[in-house]
Amino acid sequence: MATRAPDRPTVVPRHRSERFSRQLAHRLDVKASPYAYVMPFLLVFCAFGLFPLVYTAWVSLHDWTLLSDVHKFVGLDNFAFLLGDDYFWNATFNTVSIGLVSTVPQLLLAIWLAHLLNRPLRAQTLFRVTLLLPNVTSVVAVVVIFSQLFGRDYGLINWVLSWFGVGAIDWNAGTASSHVAISTMIMWRWTGYNALIFLAAMQAVPRDLYEAATIDGASGFTQLRKITIPMIKPTIVFVVITSTIGAMQVVAEPLLFGTYSPTGGPDRQYQTLSLFIYENFAKLDFGYASAISWMMFVFIVIAAGINYLLTRRSGGNLT
Amino acid sequence: MGKLRPGRIAPMLAAALLAASVAACGGGSDEPAASGQPAEKIKLTVGLFSDFHFAPLYEEFKKTHPNVEIVERRAQFNDHHKNLTTQLATGAGAADVVAVEAGYIATFTPLADKFYDLGQYGLGKRQADYLDWKWSQGLSPDGKLLGLGTDIGGTAMCYRTDLFKAAGLPTNRDEVSKLWPTWEDYARVGQQFMAAKVKNAKWFDGPGENFRAMVDQAPVGFYDEQNNLVAGTNPDVKKAWDLSVQMLQADESAKLAAFSPPWNTGLTKGSFATIVCPSWKTGSIKDAAPTTAGKWDVAAVPGGGGGNQGGTHLMAPKQGKHPKEAAELIDLLTSKDNQLKLFTDAGALPSIPALYDDPAITGFTNPFFNDAPTGKIFTDAAKALKPQHVGPKAGDVLTAFGNALQRVEQGKQQPDAAWQQALQDLDRIK
Repeated sequence: MATRAPDRPTVVPRHRSERFSRQLAHRLDVKASPYAYVMPFLLVFCAFGLFPLVYTAWVSLHDWTLLSDVHKFVGLDNFAFLLGDDYFWNATFNTVSIGLVSTVPQLLLAIWLAHLLNRPLRAQTLFRVTLLLPNVTSVVAVVVIFSQLFGRDYGLINWVLSWFGVGAIDWNAGTASSHVAISTMIMWRWTGYNALIFLAAMQAVPRDLYEAATIDGASGFTQLRKITIPMIKPTIVFVVITSTIGAMQVVAEPLLFGTYSPTGGPDRQYQTLSLFIYENFAKLDFGYASAISWMMFVFIVIAAGINYLLTRRSGGNLT
Repeated sequence: MGKLRPGRIAPMLAAALLAASVAACGGGSDEPAASGQPAEKIKLTVGLFSDFHFAPLYEEFKKTHPNVEIVERRAQFNDHHKNLTTQLATGAGAADVVAVEAGYIATFTPLADKFYDLGQYGLGKRQADYLDWKWSQGLSPDGKLLGLGTDIGGTAMCYRTDLFKAAGLPTNRDEVSKLWPTWEDYARVGQQFMAAKVKNAKWFDGPGENFRAMVDQAPVGFYDEQNNLVAGTNPDVKKAWDLSVQMLQADESAKLAAFSPPWNTGLTKGSFATIVCPSWKTGSIKDAAPTTAGKWDVAAVPGGGGGNQGGTHLMAPKQGKHPKEAAELIDLLTSKDNQLKLFTDAGALPSIPALYDDPAITGFTNPFFNDAPTGKIFTDAAKALKPQHVGPKAGDVLTAFGNALQRVEQGKQQPDAAWQQALQDLDRIK
């Protein structure tokens, strides 16, 4: 509710034009100033959000490399080549695979961790801070150190596995093994963060539901399944969406895993879509890289659409 | 702020006046240049892709140019060169002095309008110092001097004497050089080494370096003189490929990518017995594995020793605001005396042939490499060097073949399929 400015002594307008201009000023103030307040954000968004989007689409329709000043218009040729490009579909497969392997176990683990913390514990703050610590580390530092851990000859993980008789695994070389390694890095970073979000949601669930269930003889795990998870469904939806977005943006881990490799390994075994775009931009083939970017946008729209359909079906009833 | 009491104003005013007078005395920028002190402070940025050991040379430059501050920045090798292309295209961000390696120099010399012509700043007089081919590598197509050379990469073969001894091979460097006059002999000696089953040791670090060394020795490499990409049809390239694959299939490779952290560990732990050594790599080995001092030695490279691997030019992009100082810095960093210093310090082989007979070099022995006369070894290699034309996208071509060899090494693809895919990757290189 707006507060009113103190009344000024009214001055009777002497001319019709003066009264008209005062009314106009007042109308402008009421109707137009909201837009003026929003304008800074809109301008920034147009400059840094909308214009690059449109410009990228424009560039993708050309044969555009940075090394020449002549850009030939080729229409949808870049897209046609892209759809037939094995490397593109390989990158898509890798992105989906790394996304699933990093997200699904991570969310299950996060829910379980939140469930463990959702009880009167001493040193609550300590646990929560510890959960969040991996998230504040530098991505590059994490990749470099985990690469050492996953090293083929002298890595810690292979050393531990050797106690159980498992031979040295070349984590970089295999498709599945490299996906597991990269997913481990992502999980290490994000599990705690998501656990805290789930914990916050869980603490909003009314206690008497649990009391009633305990009286009815439900075990802890049953309570988790039948009470907690349905009650925090909107949070789960939110976390799934943010994790999907994050999974499509994975670029630092594959680029630096083991050695610096824009192709995501010699066989492109762990090259994600973002890394594929990076590789093509680094080769200064801007037209093709822009086409890949727009295809990625299409994929994201499809993923968002699927998310929306799934949540609409089950999200109407929140209790 | 509270009210200013009169008792407080006077000391504050006095302090302000004092500060102002000190500043006025210390400026002195209106003095005539008769004292030899140039007025403005200048900052020069130097963009490199590794540690060139230039730090003492910057100090030397400061003595004659006290107003110049030098800031060095380093980026990863491929990124450094790609960034330079972007910086030149967008017109901002390039350093005042950039190092461009031999694999990329052909990408930048055609861009004569983006770099200062160092000839206009008096560096044309250095031509008499240089090797002909190194000098012309730094010229634009119409003859402007865009880059001045620092070092070249005469090639030898570094080996671990302790591992050779354990395998029953000779350790004296002359005898070792006689073991492998050709690359086929090198592969055969490798099998001998592997048969001796020295613990945790393979013959060489990774397939890419040998492949590159073999291609470098051929008269024509990936590109011909007209910059056509001939890698797919050049029989020397195919021969290098076949021999590299043969060595991989004999399990002679330690499967380490050069300059990666596992490669550093492998160097320290003796995971491989030999490694192709351009002169600058002796410095890299020393930096990466300091605890292995004295266990290395240097022998001749197989195949007649004609290859040049690497080496750098220093160029001055036109984005820099101080071309005169940049040119003077380039002149100093590449001067005859400093190239000598950089050889003894970092293993950078000079590109000035007059130094090849300098006793300071020919008599130089490297204690890290078992007192090998690296001066004589590399200057002999440099004299025998027949330069090969390097095309504009040689780096990308090498990556395509390197990836293909790694796929064979990791068992992901059969050699013929890997070769075909490499050729397809070459088609994508515009």
